[in-house]
Amino acid sequence: MAFSVVVIGTSWGGLAALSKLLGGLPADFPIPIVVVQHRGKESEHLLRELLQDTTKLTVCEIEDKDPLKACTVHLAPSNYHVLIEQGFVSLTTEDPVRFSRPSIDVMFTSAGDVYRSETIGVVMTGANEDGARGLRHIAQLGGRALVQDPKTAEIPIMPAAAIKAVPKAEVLPLASIAPRLVELSQQASQFARLKTV
Amino acid sequence: MAVQIAETLVAGDAPDRTSPNYKPDLERIEIELLLEGVFRQYGFDFRAYAYASIRRRLWKRIEEEGLKSVSSLQERVLHDPQMMEKLLLDLSINVTAMFRDPGFYMTFRQHVVPLLRTYPFIRIWHAGCSTGEEVYSLAMLLREEGLYDRARIYATDINEVVLQRAKAGIFPLERMQEYTDNYIRAGGKKSFSEYYTAKYGGALFDQSLTKNVVFSQHNLVTDRSFSEFNVILCRNVLIYFDKTLQSKVHGLFYDSLITFGVLVLGSKETLRFMQHEESYQQIAPPEKIFRKVR
Repeated sequence: MAFSVVVIGTSWGGLAALSKLLGGLPADFPIPIVVVQHRGKESEHLLRELLQDTTKLTVCEIEDKDPLKACTVHLAPSNYHVLIEQGFVSLTTEDPVRFSRPSIDVMFTSAGDVYRSETIGVVMTGANEDGARGLRHIAQLGGRALVQDPKTAEIPIMPAAAIKAVPKAEVLPLASIAPRLVELSQQASQFARLKTV
Repeated sequence: MAVQIAETLVAGDAPDRTSPNYKPDLERIEIELLLEGVFRQYGFDFRAYAYASIRRRLWKRIEEEGLKSVSSLQERVLHDPQMMEKLLLDLSINVTAMFRDPGFYMTFRQHVVPLLRTYPFIRIWHAGCSTGEEVYSLAMLLREEGLYDRARIYATDINEVVLQRAKAGIFPLERMQEYTDNYIRAGGKKSFSEYYTAKYGGALFDQSLTKNVVFSQHNLVTDRSFSEFNVILCRNVLIYFDKTLQSKVHGLFYDSLITFGVLVLGSKETLRFMQHEESYQQIAPPEKIFRKVR
């Protein structure tokens, strides 16, 4: 199984959790990463800069129709929904979904629709239930569902809701998520090598 | 091949869209057929809209109607004009606000207004103006900068209904606090409340603001250029189009701008990969304000 995209959703406590996760990934992590972190309507480029300081990957704030790239963290801008398309991302200003724009559910659902079993969804700390439906959609279509162990989350509500929606999800302590993503990406490349042999 | 056809026939109903057996390529055919049908039957052309967003909104309608597939929605839409009206509302996004993204208006005052002062007459095209909030905002800004009397704003949208609301100039009272905050951060020079009076259950805006505004229907997908402009504003409209249509509309904008004219896009839109990318220089990044230099 080769994976095409890793989608990550976080809310309250997300900056610390994302720093830990992204900091644990190597500079050559091959799967494009798309992140929705809930934040204020007007918050500008600060989040990108803070995250860039924690990771060897390139962090960029999404602009409309940006191509999905390896070794890159695509960060949802404030006040837009992100939709994953085949090989790129689109932005929309459609209504907030359950009070969120960007909405994790909207982004996850679109990722599942396009990449199906090639999608890895990750839900981490947060004080609402965004992400649970989107993660369920990804899992139903055969993608991987990873959830931060609520015991290691600053606020456990969001990961707990995700586990409830996707009982089969892999539940991992924060420190184990990055190593697990690396493992999944390596399995993928081994599989690709096997196929070419 | 014969075996495949037999399987399809036996399978009957389309599988649930959340099933691993669901076929996204087949769904794409269904969506393209629906949009083609809508265009040929009703004349609304959504065929080159961004796919993921169209798909999401079609499914919202399908689920609200208790239907099961895109094809079943197609049948309803083609035979029932009222269903088309509902779908048209689903497919039109009319999100706007006065002084939306206040930082943009501040930058416009600082960097575009001085350019505009050099012209005796200023023609501005506000493309995709929706219900008009941003047109009124621009009119206020120009008036405060002493440029309004020599300006003409052509405010266009594909949707006649929203244009009627724009002309009326009545906006929800409950948003005035937000708009006041935006106005202040946009560098407003007066008291925002001077611009409206509470009337007809809303905030009725000073009608002299639209003295030099022409509201008119224009379809970016099918209509041509209708003049030459000093400034074109088109913020958060092209994000709903696919890359091919974006490129076509950028051709239209390029042809409609005078040399050294100014093109304004939404804060997360770019000219990257567009044919005319090299013809523009960005003024005052990160705002998406571009000057046509060749």
